Amino acid sequence: MSLRALPTLLKVGFAEAAAYRTEMVVWVLSTTMPLVMMLLWTSIADVAPVEGQGGASWSSGSFVGYFLCVFIVRQLVAAWAAWEINFEVRQGTLAMRLLKPLHPLIAFATSNLAYLPLRALVTLPVAVFLFVAHRDALSGDWRLWLLFPLSIFGAWLITFFVNVAVGALSFSVDSSLRVMDLWFALFFVFSGYLVPLDFFPPWLREVSAWLPFRYVLSLPVELMTGRVPFDAALGLVARQALFALGLGALSLTMWTRGVSRFQAFGG
Amino acid sequence: MSGALRRTGALLSVQLKASAMLALAYRLDFVLDLVIGLFWTVAAVLPLFVVYGGPASRGVPGWSFGETLLVVGCFITLQAVIDGAISPSLSSVLDHVRKGTLDFVLLKPHDAQVLVSTARFHLWRAAGLVHAAIVFALAFRELGQGPSLLGVLQALALLVLATSMLYSSWLLIVSVSFYAVKVDNLSTLFTSIFDAARWPASVFRGVFRLIFTFVIPLVVMTTLPAEALLGRLPWSSLGASTLGAAAFAGVARAVWLSSLRRYTSAGG
Repeated sequence: MSLRALPTLLKVGFAEAAAYRTEMVVWVLSTTMPLVMMLLWTSIADVAPVEGQGGASWSSGSFVGYFLCVFIVRQLVAAWAAWEINFEVRQGTLAMRLLKPLHPLIAFATSNLAYLPLRALVTLPVAVFLFVAHRDALSGDWRLWLLFPLSIFGAWLITFFVNVAVGALSFSVDSSLRVMDLWFALFFVFSGYLVPLDFFPPWLREVSAWLPFRYVLSLPVELMTGRVPFDAALGLVARQALFALGLGALSLTMWTRGVSRFQAFGG
Repeated sequence: MSGALRRTGALLSVQLKASAMLALAYRLDFVLDLVIGLFWTVAAVLPLFVVYGGPASRGVPGWSFGETLLVVGCFITLQAVIDGAISPSLSSVLDHVRKGTLDFVLLKPHDAQVLVSTARFHLWRAAGLVHAAIVFALAFRELGQGPSLLGVLQALALLVLATSMLYSSWLLIVSVSFYAVKVDNLSTLFTSIFDAARWPASVFRGVFRLIFTFVIPLVVMTTLPAEALLGRLPWSSLGASTLGAAAFAGVARAVWLSSLRRYTSAGG
């Protein structure tokens, strides 16, 4: 039943993405942080290549490659269901969704996923530039590239489930979106968004391996840039899957509990 | 003229009071915001330790650790001003435009620009100024010497100019929202571009240097005040910044007035 509805849901979502394309482009343009960090690190690496804590050497070109990959991955794993759920709970319009014979989370997931083709299209010029001008910063190991789509999907699942969990909080807490801010602040530090994890001291890298943030961004980027050997990559992708499963179970539980409290508007 | 000014002052105090009452109504939010604000400051400072730490001598070319801390201090100060006094009103006016409720604001017997610019303040963001003070203190301890009085005055003047420039760009964004529909995320764009200001200007080279000096004057906002605090700001830079900020404010006001004339309300 739900499966049969999927193509239609995706089509509707895609139409929505096409209709609000200006808004989407503004969102993409707001992702300036990786580019700023790229300028910063290249200005440092131009003086002398930087040694990572893991012993690897980072030239100016490898920073360009790294942060362009960060930019691309960030676009591909985006999810914003927390805001939608929060909005619909507060406005009471979630009641309409609950009436439909389709799990609301599937609807949220498809509407987020349907933006993917357009987002990919916007990042295409960056990807082409990366491939043409900085191919040596990309991985030459085809096995890593096989893992790459898997890791992107895992990263998206984690982001989406965290969104659902935070959205489900809004059934009981007014200010659940503040939790999303907290997630972002931690994400900035621990996902390799500002600083490649290679520059963390060993103990901090160990900590980041046990937090979900690395698997949301750094892992796909590490696969793209080939900074992780294949065996280690397999382990990391497995760990990512575990995180996705765990967060999936958590968010589903929170959602079910929350919906049973939900009394539509004014409840 | 003085009557209008007095009325604006009274209006401002009323709006501030309303924001304070809102903050008091949602006390848990207030505490959460304080905690999250602390996290953001840490996230702003942490990369600095990575850039300057480590075995090899690294760092931003031409800027020592303490000097870069000064830039970050200016950045945190201005971020507090944006998040506390500029962005909240921006979001509320974008909402008004989308829903068509801006009409009610325009009907009120006062300058619409003043009304929409003072609509909402996030008072808890004043905590950012405390964070900035701590960062400044750390920076001067690292440098081993305090700033001169002249330097402090110059830096304050530049920060005021920066606030004026940020406000002018805010006004331009709002004017855009009269033409393009569903651009409520423009406020996100605004803050994310400002993120580039957290590093000294020497990071930006070539065309980026030109863009961030003349088109989006981020260099003027954080690097110049830091140089003033270090006592190496030429007077000519201060003069040019003043002229630039004044011209920018004039253009922004003109654009605002002209787009207000074209405003046709929602569904118009």
